[in-house]
Amino acid sequence: MAKHLLGLENFTKAELVNYLDNAEGFVEVSSREIKKVPSLRGKTIVNLFLEPSTRTRTSFEIAAKRLSADTINISGSDSSVNKGENLLDTTQTLEALAASVLVLRHRESGAHRFLATHLKNTSIVNAGDGTHEHPTQGLIDCLTLRQIYGDRFYGGLTIAIVGDVLHSRVARSNIFAHRLLGNKIRLVGPPTLLPDYYVEKSAFDYPNLTVHHSLKDGIEGVDAIIALRMQLERQDGFFVPSLKEYSKNFCLTENIIKATCPKAVLLHPGPVNRGVEVASDVAYGTRSYVNRQVTIGIAVRMAVLFLLTSGTKEKLTTVNES
Amino acid sequence: MAKKTVPEGWKMVMDAETIARSISRVSYEIIERNRDIQDIVVVGIRTGGEFLGKRIQEKIEKIENVKIPFGIIDITLYRDDLSSLDGQPILRGTDLPFSITGRTIILTDDVLYTGRTVRAALDAIVDFGRPKCVQLAILVDRGHRELPIRPDYIGKNFPTNPGEAVHLRLGEQGYPDGVYMSKKSQR
Repeated sequence: MAKHLLGLENFTKAELVNYLDNAEGFVEVSSREIKKVPSLRGKTIVNLFLEPSTRTRTSFEIAAKRLSADTINISGSDSSVNKGENLLDTTQTLEALAASVLVLRHRESGAHRFLATHLKNTSIVNAGDGTHEHPTQGLIDCLTLRQIYGDRFYGGLTIAIVGDVLHSRVARSNIFAHRLLGNKIRLVGPPTLLPDYYVEKSAFDYPNLTVHHSLKDGIEGVDAIIALRMQLERQDGFFVPSLKEYSKNFCLTENIIKATCPKAVLLHPGPVNRGVEVASDVAYGTRSYVNRQVTIGIAVRMAVLFLLTSGTKEKLTTVNES
Repeated sequence: MAKKTVPEGWKMVMDAETIARSISRVSYEIIERNRDIQDIVVVGIRTGGEFLGKRIQEKIEKIENVKIPFGIIDITLYRDDLSSLDGQPILRGTDLPFSITGRTIILTDDVLYTGRTVRAALDAIVDFGRPKCVQLAILVDRGHRELPIRPDYIGKNFPTNPGEAVHLRLGEQGYPDGVYMSKKSQR
């Protein structure tokens, strides 16, 4: 049976740490002069991105190539999806073509879980499903924070997730990860993008999670801010009167960060809408780890592809020392 | 470090003193064979060869009063059995904080068995540069080679059956020093 990475919701802490430890090993590989290792020789990895993406797709492609796998990129516009083929048929065709891993981005939440029940030999990696989860981004944020904070990462951090929480799969994956670790989570955003029902319906069931509708209160004294992209493509429900008004109340500027949480680091999954959710000087300033996240992203995705394709055990288990 | 004990059923076949003597003799042999001792670097294979390599490096440094670089190589990504592996591999990372090009590498591992680990290590090494030569130092040679690989320095030859397993445990891992034998299922 193939192993899948569908989300972080059902992870155990040991699994999460195992992924991060392996990713750390791949950070070292990425720092070598020859960045290629032979582990996935002869395996085919298909990137099926049915929603636009540059960085995630490129990151997965580089990761696969550094592991010596063969990669194929398919986007919505040049696949038979355009001819009306349904998702299951498309993926079963790819499975028949002996793809080892299918990296899929899809606009519907839960598309991956549905496919996982039908595929036997192809592993599915969730590269974003609707507003549900984006597990590799969650892992990237975790590894970035672990590299910055060391042992405090295990339950000693307060993290603010700021912005369009309602539409953010990145927020959800981060909430699930930090719930496992025991870190304090503050969700910050206007009531329309962070309605009360969202937290209730999502059943996060985590006492250390609080909701804030004022930026100042939300980020007061936090160790890290995960800024979310204002999803311009998902704003047709009139969630904010205008981007200008949103940015007036929720844009992360150096002034407000300095006044409320001067030591906080900034993470952002990208792409950044400069001046909307983050001011330009903050987005790429000294407290920003945005570019570091991109570098770590390759290592995390290498670890994911590596762990899914190697070993015979269905579940990730820790190997006893031999 | 907390003292750990080895699992029940493991039979000790080399005690601390024998191991120390073997390491000492191997170190002298390395010095004898390599006149330009400044050129050598010691590289241990994770995890078994890591502590052994460190001990050999320290021994050579003490005898010759020179500084010898020490590195660790993780061969997980170069294994030939990744997709059939029982359990999940764990990548711990390579740590070679120096250039190996033109150097003599003393590659160390605890137990030499099929030779597949060493094959993988050689592949990993060439990704980092072109050493002048690679010499293999191991503590226990238990036979049953599946590849044409021959050690240059051997602590002890130890005939075994394929159904058995040989383990090295060192103080650095929290155990008393010892080489143990067990049935495979007790790994």
